[in-house]
Amino acid sequence: MAKRIDVSGLNAYYSSFLAIEDISMTVEPRSVTAFIGPSGCGKSTFLRTLNRMHEVTPGGRVDGKVMLDDENLYGAGIDPVAVRREVGMVFQRPNPFPTMSVYDNVAAGLRLNGKYKKSQLDDVVEKSLRGANLWNEVKDRLNKPGSGLSGGQQQRLCIARAIAVEPNVLLMDEPCSALDPISTLAIEDLIGELKERFTIVIVTHNMQQAARVSDRTAFFNLAAVGQPGKLIEIDDTERIFSNPSVQATEDYISGRFG
Amino acid sequence: MDITTDTQKPTPSPAPGPTGPGDQRAARGATRPGDRIFLGLSRGSGILVLVIMAAIAAFLTYRAILAISKDEANFFTTFEWNPSGVPAEFGIAVLAFGTIVSSIIAMVIAVPIAVGIALFITHYAPRRLGGPIAYVIDLLAAVPSIVYGLWGALVLVPHLNGLYGWLDQYLGWTGILEWNGGAPRSLFTVGILLAIMILPIITNVSREVFRQVPRMHEEAALALGATRWEVIRMSVIPFGRSGVISASMLGLGRALGETMAVAMVLSPTFDISPSLLDPGGGTFAQNIASKFNEATVMGQDALIASGLVLFVITLAVNGAARMIIARRKEYSGANA
Repeated sequence: MAKRIDVSGLNAYYSSFLAIEDISMTVEPRSVTAFIGPSGCGKSTFLRTLNRMHEVTPGGRVDGKVMLDDENLYGAGIDPVAVRREVGMVFQRPNPFPTMSVYDNVAAGLRLNGKYKKSQLDDVVEKSLRGANLWNEVKDRLNKPGSGLSGGQQQRLCIARAIAVEPNVLLMDEPCSALDPISTLAIEDLIGELKERFTIVIVTHNMQQAARVSDRTAFFNLAAVGQPGKLIEIDDTERIFSNPSVQATEDYISGRFG
Repeated sequence: MDITTDTQKPTPSPAPGPTGPGDQRAARGATRPGDRIFLGLSRGSGILVLVIMAAIAAFLTYRAILAISKDEANFFTTFEWNPSGVPAEFGIAVLAFGTIVSSIIAMVIAVPIAVGIALFITHYAPRRLGGPIAYVIDLLAAVPSIVYGLWGALVLVPHLNGLYGWLDQYLGWTGILEWNGGAPRSLFTVGILLAIMILPIITNVSREVFRQVPRMHEEAALALGATRWEVIRMSVIPFGRSGVISASMLGLGRALGETMAVAMVLSPTFDISPSLLDPGGGTFAQNIASKFNEATVMGQDALIASGLVLFVITLAVNGAARMIIARRKEYSGANA
């Protein structure tokens, strides 16, 4: 199921403002790629171009190519809605549907995609919740509102919701930044398990987290405020954190700026 | 001596402050005059509202008891309004029926349209179009009800024959929408007019609620591959549900109490006809407005008794709305 992402010459704009410029990279299937960089460098914007969420923002537009295996997400006749069914996303703040139960939250994506029998839904909900390491905690309150769970549980519920539709890629936009250390650890362990099945891209402000969870790390930077963000380098995580090839990367990860 | 008492007096007064009765706030620090004035003003306003409410209820109840005790017929079931006759006979059945039915018709027409307009303004229309539409609807809310009444009587009524004929042709078999060719000055027409009158308030409140749907709830749906309509169904409407109910109740409150516009459109009779399209019927407010000027003291008391019933119905409607909202509370967006 997991697919390769191949980005080439990608620019993203907010109206006339160029937010990220000329990004090219490849993300291998069944791997975790972390995006790091200072605030405002465009890493979240770039992440949102990978499932066409960027253009949901008023004035947001993109040019360039994002290939998912051999399909260009920005090709003519591609429906953004269909793209988002293939590329799942988890957000910075846990955002379960507040009016839905735990069960309905997980089943929400499936119900969008078509009709399922109750037994089929039951199976997928259990499998997804198990996949998100949440099943044991919520199996007795599947019909309680999802917003009644703790923050860490809510975030794992959102992950379960995202993986329930079996996407090819899972995007995570700072998924732990609103969570306590124990919940963070739970999510990080989960990321390690999920990469067996999905291509995962994660934005993080926490460099230790990037070092812990990712196989590859991409460092983004911007020359100055008001300038577009750029990809400085992407390499194996081990190499980025021990012996990066660009001086700016080393300065950033050793805490000399940002 | 004078000086010492003067200087002594202020010193003890801050001391009892913190332990003073009923003011735990003071324990955290000295109370400032601004705080005290504001507390007094807001507490006073709160109490004033309750006092006014109680005074109205007491007045209505007192005069209503005077009237009902002299009523020779059943106050709730009689199809008759003759409080000054001998014997005095009057009942509210016709008025209650007319008020509730015309308001229900208004709600059935207005709520879906208002929600549709609110969704269009907040989620479909380009900003350049949404702003002006919202402004025009605000203006509609400012039109006095007498103007709606004039328009209803002079424009709406003469143009309803077509609609009545159509309803009679396709839905006449139900009995309640059968038309015998009378002038369309019926409860149904009143319902249409009330719908137009309550549309702005429901639209405006719903619009504000839909606008406040957190971006992250909408993005949650979008990221799952929801279309715009599915985003609205999954995120926007559930979040706005209790707000729409409140908005509808505001509208219903206005519809129940609307007076002049109803009086100008309806041709009142004191009976209940099986078809909503038959001219006739009446509402509480319309009945009071049209009879109060020429009423005897007894007649006034009887009208006040009917006003009390309207008051109770309105309270009950509001209470029901609050219950609906409270029951859904744990699923509402508020605790997200």
